[in-house]
Amino acid sequence: MASPAPNPAPDSTALPARDTGMSRLAMGAIALGALAFAVLPLILPTYQVSILTEVLIFAVLAMAVDILAGYTGRTPLCHGAIFGVSTYVVVYWTSQMGGSPYVGVGLGIAAATFVAAIFALLAIRTSGVYFLLLTLALGMIVWGVCLRWTSVTGGENGLRGAVRPAALADGFSFYYAVFAAVAVVAFVMWRFVRSPFGLTLRGIRDSESRMRSLGYNVPAHLFLAFTISGFFAGIAGALYAMFNDFVSPSTVGLSQSVEGLLMAITGGIGTLFGAFIGSFAIIGLENLVSLYTERWQSVLGAMFVLIMIFAPEGILGRIRSFVAQRRR
Amino acid sequence: MDRRTFLKSSAALAAVGTVAMPYVARAQASGPIKIGVMAPLTGVVAAGGREMVDGFNMYWEERGFQSGGRKVEIVVEDDASNPDTALQKARRLVEQANVDMLFGNLLANTGLAVANYVKGNGMPYFIPIIAADDLTQRNRIKNVIRVAGYTASQFPRPLADWCLKQGYRKVATISQDYTFGHEQCGGFCQTFTEGGGQVLGQFWHPLNTSDFSPYLGQLANLGADVIFCMETGADAARLMQQYASFGLKGQIPLVGAMNVTDQSVIRTMGDEVEGVVVAAHFAEGSDNPRTKEFVAAYGKKFSKLPSLYGFSMYSGAMWIDEALKPLNGATADRAAFLASVMKTDLVNSPLGTTVKLDAFGNPIYDVSIRKVVKNADGKYWNVPIATYPQVSQFWKSPLAFPFAGRLAGIEPRRPAS
Repeated sequence: MASPAPNPAPDSTALPARDTGMSRLAMGAIALGALAFAVLPLILPTYQVSILTEVLIFAVLAMAVDILAGYTGRTPLCHGAIFGVSTYVVVYWTSQMGGSPYVGVGLGIAAATFVAAIFALLAIRTSGVYFLLLTLALGMIVWGVCLRWTSVTGGENGLRGAVRPAALADGFSFYYAVFAAVAVVAFVMWRFVRSPFGLTLRGIRDSESRMRSLGYNVPAHLFLAFTISGFFAGIAGALYAMFNDFVSPSTVGLSQSVEGLLMAITGGIGTLFGAFIGSFAIIGLENLVSLYTERWQSVLGAMFVLIMIFAPEGILGRIRSFVAQRRR
Repeated sequence: MDRRTFLKSSAALAAVGTVAMPYVARAQASGPIKIGVMAPLTGVVAAGGREMVDGFNMYWEERGFQSGGRKVEIVVEDDASNPDTALQKARRLVEQANVDMLFGNLLANTGLAVANYVKGNGMPYFIPIIAADDLTQRNRIKNVIRVAGYTASQFPRPLADWCLKQGYRKVATISQDYTFGHEQCGGFCQTFTEGGGQVLGQFWHPLNTSDFSPYLGQLANLGADVIFCMETGADAARLMQQYASFGLKGQIPLVGAMNVTDQSVIRTMGDEVEGVVVAAHFAEGSDNPRTKEFVAAYGKKFSKLPSLYGFSMYSGAMWIDEALKPLNGATADRAAFLASVMKTDLVNSPLGTTVKLDAFGNPIYDVSIRKVVKNADGKYWNVPIATYPQVSQFWKSPLAFPFAGRLAGIEPRRPAS
């Protein structure tokens, strides 16, 4: 039975029964969520549309984090840096080199993937808290370079330019461009985590030694997972460059990595689409709470504590287990 | 089950809707003049941000929140000392709160981010604190005006000239390693070397350096006549403390950028700050009656001496108020409003002298060389000891652009587009 097959069984049989059973409900929820994101801009004023744009962009970052943290069992603290590398490259390419934004986006994503591949080579030999610390250190290197390499990155002041293509100049059309891009990316990621490759990653998460003894090349899987996750973070970073027309070291800073991770955790680690809920909750709260108090960071902090106590599996994770209980 | 999900989701959607709604419709046109103020109320420079808001509000309270016959409404936002947050808050103020102008920010990176945003939409943006040279020089944006502010390299130049007049010929510098430091130190070194002085050594340290001993040891042995330092916040306090502990105070004169001896730094310090000389437009220890009046009023309200932040935002508010008067408070025509700001002369500010803007939207000041001394209350403050009249951001030539190339002490920078 346990023949060392390089490819595991097709995903339909490999999925636990509960997953397939829930899929109709899940599909309905996803469709509703997508519909909400599609319709909301029509009724919201422009500023809220820009917030929604940000929500979508950061959801991609959080999903990229989730691929590693939720499906591979390796929690990274460098995705803000990978995201930011892409942002830097896009802004640099368009504002300093005068290049086309579309080429810039391609270059940015390529650069992020490349950086992720290098990080992967260094980081995949570790796991647990060592992986966390090593990726944190790698992210800090990127931050340091962006802060110090003043002639290229503009140092503390960052780089500014008009990155967004003229066709997407107004917030409304840009939102729908981002919406379309994120929809595609989210679908690809969803296929990815359910593919045989993604299932292998879950296997590695649950028991690395078993997967190794089954004949899987664990380091290669980890390397690819990390690089692919970096690729998706790069897409988010490129979109962010177009969104902000600006980049500074705070975009590659540790807080950015932490924010991505917090979004993934808030939504629910290992749920992928929980990232949208996490991103919406965090960015939404940031903007809402800061209207009323300048202590908004304390409010966010308290919220994280409460989530960790009452819903450690995240909002979507909590909903899932709740639904599962009700069905029993 | 499906129906329940649907109900839940619609409830969630409705909740989102109500949350978003209160800000959709706001009074327009004939209502109050809305001023969006951004200041770092959290983050590394939160103390300065608080004083910015205080100074700004103080002015409008004195005027009963009226300008040109219209009511003035102030919307304050926290930029969290972070450029991404600043950008987001600027968007909120412009697109949601429908402000007529933006004001403030403290850190150069936050100001540059917001400036880039308003470049696209033409929103008037006033920056009494942001000192990044580029904003009123190489990359000037028409709707970004530095009312009651200054460019980083503006004041170190007269200071360098003053140093040469004291007979100092050799300088060593220590500065924070970021743009604000590069620009101030660069301004000093350029004027100093052009006047025949010599730079013996330059040290750049990262922000938030706790131990200056490696630098101070080297500085002491270079044989400099004078040491120039450019520090902000806690770094300034630590440098002056350690300079005194090393026994350098009294041995080699210490001069610096104005931030070093700003009240926000020296307010809590002791004898180690005495005698440090810097150049600035504002000196709280000046005996100009207008300055005295402002310092007394500020002290009465906040029981402390005003810092650069309080002073600049107060004066910036006054500048806009004066510019709005001839327009009867009309802000709708932005071009007319900006033109009015550009041709307004600040007469009655706490400086007590008339201040004009140059063609690039940066003020021309009578610059004081000021020295830290103890006042009658036993507090240290800055007292003017010499004055350089009519100093523009381009030093002595108010309109020419003499520094197109490389500034001394700065690695050449790629012009940002």
